[in-house]
Amino acid sequence: MGMTMIEKILAKHAGRERVAPGEIVEARIDTVMLHDVGTPGVQRPLKELGAKKIADNVDCVIIPDHYVPAPTVQAAENLKLTKDFARKMGVRHFYDVGRGGICHSIMVEKGHALPGQIIVAPDAHATTYGACGALGTGLGVTDTAIALAAGELWFKVPETVKVVLTGKPGRFVSAKDIALFLLNEFGNERLIYRSVEITGPVADGLSLESRACMANMMFEAGVKACLFVPDSKTMAFLKRATGGRSVPEPVRPDPDAKYEEIARYDLSRLAPFVAAPHNPTNGRKIWEAAGIKIDEAFLGSCTNGRLEDLRVAAAVLKGKKIHRDVRMIVTPASQNVFLRAMAEGLIQTFVEAGALVTNPGCGACLGGHLGLLAPGEVCISSSNRNFRGRMGSREAEIYLASPAVVAASAVKGEIADPRLLEGEKP
Amino acid sequence: MICGKVWKYGENLDTDAIYPGKYLVYFDPEEVARHAMEGIDPEFLQKVKPGDIVVAGGNFGTGSAREQAALALKYVKIGLVIAESFSRTFYRNAIAIGLPVLELKGITKAVAEGDELSVDLQTGFIENRTTGWSGKAAEQPELLLKMIAAGGALHYYKNKLAKG
Repeated sequence: MGMTMIEKILAKHAGRERVAPGEIVEARIDTVMLHDVGTPGVQRPLKELGAKKIADNVDCVIIPDHYVPAPTVQAAENLKLTKDFARKMGVRHFYDVGRGGICHSIMVEKGHALPGQIIVAPDAHATTYGACGALGTGLGVTDTAIALAAGELWFKVPETVKVVLTGKPGRFVSAKDIALFLLNEFGNERLIYRSVEITGPVADGLSLESRACMANMMFEAGVKACLFVPDSKTMAFLKRATGGRSVPEPVRPDPDAKYEEIARYDLSRLAPFVAAPHNPTNGRKIWEAAGIKIDEAFLGSCTNGRLEDLRVAAAVLKGKKIHRDVRMIVTPASQNVFLRAMAEGLIQTFVEAGALVTNPGCGACLGGHLGLLAPGEVCISSSNRNFRGRMGSREAEIYLASPAVVAASAVKGEIADPRLLEGEKP
Repeated sequence: MICGKVWKYGENLDTDAIYPGKYLVYFDPEEVARHAMEGIDPEFLQKVKPGDIVVAGGNFGTGSAREQAALALKYVKIGLVIAESFSRTFYRNAIAIGLPVLELKGITKAVAEGDELSVDLQTGFIENRTTGWSGKAAEQPELLLKMIAAGGALHYYKNKLAKG
């Protein structure tokens, strides 16, 4: 009997011939990612472990992004601590403020998410690295500290659910719509602690950026990891992203791997999808939410702040004005995305339409700074979480959607179908 | 063998119920213990005794990854949490800090609040001494038992690091 992708990755890192779901293994860690909340967080457990240094086999990447630039003195202290820690530990990959962007986007963009590797972080959306075929998973600060210091950690081998996506999704149906649709299909409990393999012709056709969006978003179903099988597109992307560093041999599932479930979806008839308050699994077809008045439209986050997202939104906004009752906030995911968006004239389009463009970071999505919601306000957001209070007031409402829907809604002043904005038939 | 009285809770008990977010700044054991279950059961501290057992429905500890949720139950000396299922983050955090946890489908139907249970963590055998019911959770992997015995994964790996 063959093994699924995650079983093969865990077996390899545990020095085992094979592993089976339910087993507990100790696996070697390749990379630990830390940000400006996680770095202060691991200090106490690192001290309790008596750790003086990072384990030799661990590549540590530090990317401050949650509170950048510092909106409070407390945040400034955390950023200072993060920088000092990176220096003291001799961390080679430190993307300081102004040099990086949103951690999960940087990890993919700069080639730190490598196929077949185990990458952990004190952040749930580490599942993003599955876009490149890496086992990326979020941990608490104690587990993260153990991974950093010991270079190994225990893992339960999860069951794997294979998702096969077929059909031809229509115009303005993006990776985000597919992810919101899948979250709605699976709900809050069915995928807890599962590894998900996303396959099929639709998955094959997705860009690396779109795969990152899906792998990121699927965490909201409670998955341990969400993996795409590396293909020639992955390898070509990684060759560029790593800039000459070696790319490890990818791990692919065995043809006779055993899956807990194989779920097939034909996406030919899928329409743009939104998630209504207050859970990402609370999905609706666009016409079931259309017409709801909005106060804020947010384009950004580790889910949808990449160049292709900005391109789609700018194409919708080009030559139009944002509705007078709406503020639109655009947060490019990284300095590199910002630069390229400038070169392509996207930033110009956003500013001319009346949007506010911020520095790269997590700001508005995590309700930290750069655009919080007041009580009673409604936001349409390209981010990944619409929990009560996530982006500010507990009395605010958040709808999750694709960049195209966010842009169309910003123009209309209400949740809108981008296909209708252009006068096309849905 | 873990023996204690059952305190029972429902489905999807989130980390704000187990340890409210407003106390996230605390790490001192006494202070953390003071707020255990405060979000759902303000009388918890008055009634709970060392070794007692928390029984709950599915997705126990859902929500944030805060470790104080597991720490608070450990610091009030809860002997064990048995749930229909655990959120992944709570389960890992419990092992990390050394709070015994067992998963058993149907446990909320088999025991009532106030029942006396005795549980063999190693075999997963659970006996309800009040009603005579018995059930069996999955056998616990040796590595997890070792980590629990060491006081959590942190101490297990600390010992391992110290040995070089």
